[in-house]
Amino acid sequence: MAGAASPHADLASAMVLQPVAAADWLVVAPVVIPIVFGAALLMFRKETQQHMVVSIIAFALLLLADAALLWRVIEHGPIVMTMGRWLPPFGITFQADVLGAGLATVAGLVAFAAVLFSFRDIDTTGRRYGFYTFFLLMMAGVHGAFLTGDIFNLYVWFEVLLISSFGLLVLGSEHEQIDGAVKYAFLNLVATTLFLIAVGLLYGAFGTLNMADLAGKIAAAKGQAPVMTLATLFLFAFAMKAAAFPVNFWLPASYHTPRIIVSALFAGLLTKVGIYALLRVLVMLFPVERDMLAIVIAWVAAFTMVLGILGALAQSDIRRAVGFVVVSGIGVMLAGLALGSELGLTAAILYALHSMIAMTAVYMLVGLMAEAGGSVSLHSLAGLYRAHPFMAALALVLFFAVAGLPPFSGVWPKVFVVKASLDVGAWWLAFAVLLTGLLTTITLGRVFALAFWRNHAEEPATMVPGDPITWKTYAPVVLLTAAVVFIGFYPQPVLDVAHAAARTILFSSGYVNAVLPAGGGA
Amino acid sequence: METALSVLVGLFFAVAIYLLLSKHTIRILLGVALLGNAVNLLIFTAGRVLRETPPIIPDGLYTPPVPVANPLPQALILTAIVISFSFFAFLLVLAYRAYQDIGTDDTDEMRLAEPEGDRLPPLGY
Amino acid sequence: MRTIIFRSVAPYLTSLMVLFSLFVLLRGHNEPGGGFIGGLIAASAFAIYGIACGVSPVRRAMYFHPMAIAGFGLFVAAMAGLASLFVGVPFMTGLWVEPEFFGVTLALSTPMVFDIGVYLVVVGSITSIALALEEREDD
Repeated sequence: MAGAASPHADLASAMVLQPVAAADWLVVAPVVIPIVFGAALLMFRKETQQHMVVSIIAFALLLLADAALLWRVIEHGPIVMTMGRWLPPFGITFQADVLGAGLATVAGLVAFAAVLFSFRDIDTTGRRYGFYTFFLLMMAGVHGAFLTGDIFNLYVWFEVLLISSFGLLVLGSEHEQIDGAVKYAFLNLVATTLFLIAVGLLYGAFGTLNMADLAGKIAAAKGQAPVMTLATLFLFAFAMKAAAFPVNFWLPASYHTPRIIVSALFAGLLTKVGIYALLRVLVMLFPVERDMLAIVIAWVAAFTMVLGILGALAQSDIRRAVGFVVVSGIGVMLAGLALGSELGLTAAILYALHSMIAMTAVYMLVGLMAEAGGSVSLHSLAGLYRAHPFMAALALVLFFAVAGLPPFSGVWPKVFVVKASLDVGAWWLAFAVLLTGLLTTITLGRVFALAFWRNHAEEPATMVPGDPITWKTYAPVVLLTAAVVFIGFYPQPVLDVAHAAARTILFSSGYVNAVLPAGGGA
Repeated sequence: METALSVLVGLFFAVAIYLLLSKHTIRILLGVALLGNAVNLLIFTAGRVLRETPPIIPDGLYTPPVPVANPLPQALILTAIVISFSFFAFLLVLAYRAYQDIGTDDTDEMRLAEPEGDRLPPLGY
Repeated sequence: MRTIIFRSVAPYLTSLMVLFSLFVLLRGHNEPGGGFIGGLIAASAFAIYGIACGVSPVRRAMYFHPMAIAGFGLFVAAMAGLASLFVGVPFMTGLWVEPEFFGVTLALSTPMVFDIGVYLVVVGSITSIALALEEREDD
């Protein structure tokens, strides 16, 4: 039969023969857990009462698996598992290094907070429609993208999270949502198709899709293959996913339309997957080409930052303004990528971790503000400080963090980006970062002044205020805000993770050796 | 053979991009369908076009005795077809719903999420 | 489409196509076929039944909601991969057992279980899309 081994062939050269330790399963656990629970919830779609309990368990397990994975990776180095016993580069490899595991852990934390928040935001109809299923499958896609070691598999996970995000985006089927979803869907589809084109050409040029194997082969192919074209294609595709300047207009067109919890998740997770892919592919696979493209990336970063925040400054709808703030944050990460030094990459990764937590929390907060004040427009939102002083405190912390003001988490990555830019004499990039910080402070400060301090709005609120806001509602926002405060006052552990992550992609030999122990591909 | 296929891929891309640049969702949808096929052909061509010999290694050998077809691009294309098929199904339903709800398939008129004439935020209070 | 000929033939056609889809599913490991294509055949069988007799008879005949079937398929496929956890081999490794029933060797494997999962996912999701589109035409 097909499964029986041929007696003549020496299997040791093609297959994993030694047994796999149970701890290695941690590398697939963050993908398998959400898929299994998502499938279970899809089977019992009508039992909406059980969805809360099941999804709490699922996300708690996911967070535990992420944390255990990160701990193990920091203690014992990268974990590799290749599907179906085939040795890399033949089998599809799952590979957890500090970068992937670190981002995955923060994604798990954000998702856990989001699921606590969703109990208020998602009603029975939303649950029947499959909110938790889509959410779990999207988390499977996000984790798969962070943990895979195969570039075609990365494409597949991108599609998994994209298709689930479509489901989340149209939850409720309001006119605005359909409108936003059309733009989001078509433009993201073009981006992933570009990614697929790049992968196809990459396979044609090098005959392999394993990232560790590719890293070696691309370095060896001096002038033999159209490497620069490939690097530019990848940059374009991922920049579109990450919402970098000339190709970012899908984000502010769609992120304010869905349920607030869905916006929070998208802002926290999806663009960061694009940043992760940029870091992984450009720094690890195309280091020489990244150097050549650095000036392009730097200008893109500067434009993304400044134009993004100028867009935010012009919005009177808070949700739309926050969407533009997300875009301008992407610019800071791209600046770190453009610098390419150890400090610059550390800053980019640190900013990504900070932004995942802070942007999710800000969107949740905007949701609470809208419920308490009955509007999302700066024209009619007022008097929240008097009614909800605790909310005002949270808002102040989060706005400081997002603007990059001390003493909260946003300040450290911005300091590092500025330092790294000045190190290479790119004073204009440092200026752009600082200018963005100032404009962000103005944007968010105005939101705070108008919505919280002002006593009477010029126009009355349009929406009916929701249920009273209790400590349960605040819990997820407080959880994320606590993380923001913690990183701000005691950045060392997170900084160590970001620094180690930057080193793994900058000096990729550890990664390559973990995947291909013999030191070379087939 | 590769040359002819490359020209065909280029043609597919040209037509797909022309359709994608249109402002009617139905034409964009057709462009998306063509784009998916263009990429599949591209992967097929980039993976080398070889004779239709199945890639099965006989007993007792380590490598196939004659050049065989490369199975990996076909696996990649199959995956890409499945994904683009599900995408297309979703986009079709979405475009149809958008047409029903918004009453137009002209993307210039789809301004519900970003209304024209949106006011600037208040400058003081 | 509700002609008398079509309506009387459709149930037989549907059952034949579902039977054929199972055949295609099971031969898929070594010969052309497999879960995806089998699932497409079964889904088109249900679509034909829906066109001939309306959507609600199809929903009644399937008993479970199509999306629940798809969820079950995803669950089965994930479990087929997890089976290798207990044998100490990497995720998704194919495991084979070949029990003998009355002198006939039956080759059972986790790839087959995975393929059955794929089959159910495709049947469930494509049928639910097709039925949703057919339902809209009825209104």
